[in-house]
Amino acid sequence: MRTPTLSRRRLLQGTGALVVTFSLPVILRAQSPAPSRARDQLDTWLAIGQDGRVTLSTGKVELGTGVETALSQIVAEELDVAVARVTVVQGDTALTPDQGPTVGSKTIQLGGPPIREAAAEARQTLLTLAAARLGVSVDKLAVADGVVSGGARRVTYAELVGGQRWSRAITKSAPPKRVAEYSVVGRPIARVDIPAKVAGSYVYVQNVRVPGMLHGRVVRTRAAGATVDSVDADSVRAVPGLVKVVHRANFVGVVSEREEQAVRAARELKVAWRSSDSLPDLAALYDVIRRTSASEKVLTSLGDVQAGLAGAATSLSASYQTPWQMHASIGPSCAVADVRPGAATVWSGTQHSFGLRAALGKLLGLPPADVRVVWVEASGCYGHNGADDVAGDAALLSQAVGKPVRVQWSRQDEHGWEPKGPAMVIDVRGGLDAAGRVTAWDYTVTTPTHSTRPQGEAGNLLAGREIGMSPRAGLIGGDRNAKHTYVFPTDRVVVRWQATSPLRPSALRGLGASQNSFANESFIDELATAAGADPVGFRLRHLSDARARAVIERVAALARWDPRPSPKASAARSGGDAAVGRGIAYAQYETETAYAASVAEVEVSRRTGEVRVRRVWVAHDCGLIVNPDGVRNQIEGATIQTISRAIKEAVAFDRAGVTSLDWTSYPILTFPEVPESIEIELIDRPDQPSVGAGEPAVCPIPGAVANAIFDATGARLRTMPFTPERVLAALR
Amino acid sequence: MMDITVNGRRHRVEAEPDVPLLYVLRNELGLNGPRFGCGLAQCGACTVHVGDDAVRACVTPVSSVAGKGVTTLEGLGALGRLHPVQQAFVDEQAAQCGYCVSGMIMTTAALLKKTARPTEAQIRTALAGNLCRCGTHMRILRAVRRAARA
Repeated sequence: MRTPTLSRRRLLQGTGALVVTFSLPVILRAQSPAPSRARDQLDTWLAIGQDGRVTLSTGKVELGTGVETALSQIVAEELDVAVARVTVVQGDTALTPDQGPTVGSKTIQLGGPPIREAAAEARQTLLTLAAARLGVSVDKLAVADGVVSGGARRVTYAELVGGQRWSRAITKSAPPKRVAEYSVVGRPIARVDIPAKVAGSYVYVQNVRVPGMLHGRVVRTRAAGATVDSVDADSVRAVPGLVKVVHRANFVGVVSEREEQAVRAARELKVAWRSSDSLPDLAALYDVIRRTSASEKVLTSLGDVQAGLAGAATSLSASYQTPWQMHASIGPSCAVADVRPGAATVWSGTQHSFGLRAALGKLLGLPPADVRVVWVEASGCYGHNGADDVAGDAALLSQAVGKPVRVQWSRQDEHGWEPKGPAMVIDVRGGLDAAGRVTAWDYTVTTPTHSTRPQGEAGNLLAGREIGMSPRAGLIGGDRNAKHTYVFPTDRVVVRWQATSPLRPSALRGLGASQNSFANESFIDELATAAGADPVGFRLRHLSDARARAVIERVAALARWDPRPSPKASAARSGGDAAVGRGIAYAQYETETAYAASVAEVEVSRRTGEVRVRRVWVAHDCGLIVNPDGVRNQIEGATIQTISRAIKEAVAFDRAGVTSLDWTSYPILTFPEVPESIEIELIDRPDQPSVGAGEPAVCPIPGAVANAIFDATGARLRTMPFTPERVLAALR
Repeated sequence: MMDITVNGRRHRVEAEPDVPLLYVLRNELGLNGPRFGCGLAQCGACTVHVGDDAVRACVTPVSSVAGKGVTTLEGLGALGRLHPVQQAFVDEQAAQCGYCVSGMIMTTAALLKKTARPTEAQIRTALAGNLCRCGTHMRILRAVRRAARA
């Protein structure tokens, strides 16, 4: 059993500590084995301290999305304690269960239920103990903030079990509360992490410092696939504070006493690189994607699509293209590693401590049991950014010097080397009958994988690849939201998986979901225009799912949608500069979880081609809502980030490597550019399971903006981002 | 060796004169409020005050602040005694990951010191050089308006 007051996280937050201790929290009973991490054991999940604090141990981690608070609410609800009484230990391979990676808006959806079960089990156990202690039956007991009352007597949770192990399995026989009984879940509880974040005392992985820690930097050239011919260690011999130049195959780094010394040594180290112009011509990117060999997989096949197209009164086809984009976290990735013979500890902002541990074990030649990964929150990640890679860098450098080493990537490292969301090409054909109903839908997306997480593969870490290990990954995520939810008589959806891609692809918020939704929701709009129909009415005519219809109807009401076909009558006018229009788009995330519909109002300058997204309305249904303000925060964030991706963002590269290496060469949306307002309507569904809320709202934004540009001007944008050059070209 | 004054206290620091103030604040003084974001003065995560001015600590040589007062997020306020701008960020729940928020708060505090009742356009212009990737902008704008009313 752990003593909650000594939990690592609170210890750090309480002191703003600069030093992390290496010892495990105190084990109270000398005869107790190490803390359990078996998922069926109550001790794995929950502990109640002698002071009454409740500690939840979870493999899920806070990525800035508010899950520490939401998971605390779930525990507080089931146990009838105040949220402030709950401490959450997250993503520590020595202390928490492995709940898989924190991805895909799945923390509440999949991570929440076992925590709810554990808390219900703990409550049932506590009430049984209290009944015996107080001499009354369980049904006569009441609980308020960890104090059990029965008859005229009271006993606290701490008095019942404080500081002791449960030593029992989770039977799943303890019924969780009914939703109607909820008083904490469903409330906009303030985030537990925000006060320390605004005070400067919150411990990010960038702030972790351990005794004797040195500073490392990796040396990478911009060129993709470059190899090292030679490293001239003498070139930095005179740089103060240098501890070691580390060179293993194509991995090069420096370790220094002070951070600025490491920065200087990395800058001045002479490395002879061998590189070739291995990347395609950026201007021909989408042609290259079309020509790259791919394996085809049919996702939907309903009826005879060819016959549906052949028999259509009107048929249309269109191609949509989306670029490489990056996570672009504000804080470059950072890790601290302390690698000693037979034992390594790595502090990391990883999304999956256990998957990283297995990869680091292989990288270091240690069994996974000898590696401890301790998650500490990093700058927001939005998917698989450089967090894992930098842990590999720090681990190799620490192993080389036998001392703890902190590595923080430079801005250029992060922009240049973070794994990126890959470019995609989507081709769609569709037909309408004489009455304006869709007769056929034929959709093909071409994409590489969108996930190359470490998952135990050292070759999936940059450093591992550089010392000669092979990457390995499945085909994941490029097909997300390729399948729509409309009801068409013939329907075919195909994914063409590319085996290779010019840059290293991985998961960026929603993986392929927003790109596929962009194509689906643009093309449905193109069909609506061909049918002379209002875009809202046209969608509703082809949808049967009541929850899908509800988000569309609610967002239309919220935006005071004027039912009429697009483009608006004034769109053809060439006089005047500013053209204003509105567009709608909708998706069910992953074609099976949350529903999100957005309306965007844009202003397009006919003169400059600039697009301003002025107002956005969102209707959102993610089942039972745990924390409405947390959900709103996620929807606002998803909306703004995706507007940025839709109108501004594309990774640039030349034949050698990435050239988007800072914020001027990869601009993101700034304060003067964000909308005037984002209005959100949450549709709570207490009778439906909670599903994720971090990603669904990324789906409708690109389509809503493209449809609004079309509504305003009659110009159809089919390639993201909708830059002034592209808008002007479409207007001509 | 040189002396600098940070959050009202004098400190003797060892860094070379041309070392960016940010490294000194974080590594020598243990002040984690200012954050490394780009090292290029492009993102604002490292914003501190030198006198009443918001400056980018990542490109400010430590020698240039000798004899001037430096204020970091920690000097503005701490848990239990938050500065009105910090409190407004809590009240509006204006953070997700929060990595940029130190710079947002420092830029806002400097703005409000000079312009107590800024217009919406003045707020957006003042924050134009502070990047947020989580998309917390609407809440940050609300927090700034709230702080201006406080």
